[in-house]
Amino acid sequence: MKKAKAAIVGASETTRIGSVPDMSQIQLHADAALNAMADAGIRARDIDGIATAGEDLVALADYLGITPKWMDGTIVGGCSFMMHLRHAVAAIAAGQCTTVLITHGESGKSRLPAPYMPWPSPPMSYPGQFEAPFGALGAPTLFTVPVLRYLKTFGVSIEKLAMVPTIQREWAALNPRAFLQQPLTVDEVMSAKMIAYPFTLAMCCPQTDGGGALIVTATERAGEFGTPPVFVIGTGESAEVSMISQMADFTTSRAFRLSGRQAFEDAGIDHGDVDHLMIYDAFAHLPLYGLEDLGFCRPGEAADFISQRHTAPGGKLPVNTNGGGLSYAHPGMYGMFALQESVRQVRGTAAAQVPDVKVSVAHGVGSMFASASTVVLTNVLP
Amino acid sequence: VPYAVAVVELEEGPRMMSNIVGCSQTPQALQLDMPLRVRFEVQDERITLPFFEPVEAA
Repeated sequence: MKKAKAAIVGASETTRIGSVPDMSQIQLHADAALNAMADAGIRARDIDGIATAGEDLVALADYLGITPKWMDGTIVGGCSFMMHLRHAVAAIAAGQCTTVLITHGESGKSRLPAPYMPWPSPPMSYPGQFEAPFGALGAPTLFTVPVLRYLKTFGVSIEKLAMVPTIQREWAALNPRAFLQQPLTVDEVMSAKMIAYPFTLAMCCPQTDGGGALIVTATERAGEFGTPPVFVIGTGESAEVSMISQMADFTTSRAFRLSGRQAFEDAGIDHGDVDHLMIYDAFAHLPLYGLEDLGFCRPGEAADFISQRHTAPGGKLPVNTNGGGLSYAHPGMYGMFALQESVRQVRGTAAAQVPDVKVSVAHGVGSMFASASTVVLTNVLP
Repeated sequence: VPYAVAVVELEEGPRMMSNIVGCSQTPQALQLDMPLRVRFEVQDERITLPFFEPVEAA
């Protein structure tokens, strides 16, 4: 492994998660931010950099009493928070700031207000001109196009796809904060309400309230805080297209491949070093693409890998151990929750703790295979 | 509703989003890779959209 680039010294989600009908979006950001500051033992005046997606960055800094000299409002979908972390690491290394707060908060269930979504697409945008006129709107509909091609190309059955939410529910059952905890069978997934073929309701994430926050600082300062430091040793980001109909290949995401490769090379790790993996899963197919495009499985083999219980509790590569977006929480942009679970696993404080995690990878998707970002975390100072 | 969102590959090479019309809107009838032909449908005075239907359809 290469040198640690920065350290996460504070991390927390909102105090409550799932249904929080008495908090607005900015209150969710603030609740998570205050929890993360308490975790790190710092105050707002100690923070000189701020990043967020989905909330007004200036309003948020003012609301929290932060005077920023570095700001990042990158918003490219649910993986934006992985990118904020990557950008914060670079900003700290460049001396532009010392202590960065990254926040997320969305009222996906209570809708105070409803989270920002890129649809209906503006009429002058590419999707607004060339996809929306055909009723191709929203994630469940748009994602059906690559998924059906993937299933046909590799001869994967819909029942195999249904294993993804089923096995992730096993992780959620171990997590008292998970939104959905009841056991889920493949038959139940298959017979759930049809949303957009081949997706039934159980293959789609629930809409929940909640958020999270991270505090990032230089590696050398990691010991100054009361928390077990989590080192950021590798990051990556990329993008492909804003229209899913124009993906180069429906069976693989170029953004996933490039982002993952950057992060692994940056960290100087290979797949055998990874003890724990988070793959953003708003829908059941995303862990398949993630496992393959990050290089853990060969093309078309991820569904069998999951069915063979390698990603399940007790498996050799635990994946989405909080229950994932499909069971744990999904307010709109889930990336922060994947990061929070990676931090917990590396700290050894997760609800469904995997024994002896040294390296965790968190991989996020943005919009419909439009963008991706990947981070590698460890508790071992390289 | 239901309606079929599909990406159609044209003989000239480009791919485009469209709807498959002129057949039953079921997974059984909507097979990937089936041959299609364009069917322009007037939406209003200004807008006409290219839909596609199975070649077998009349």
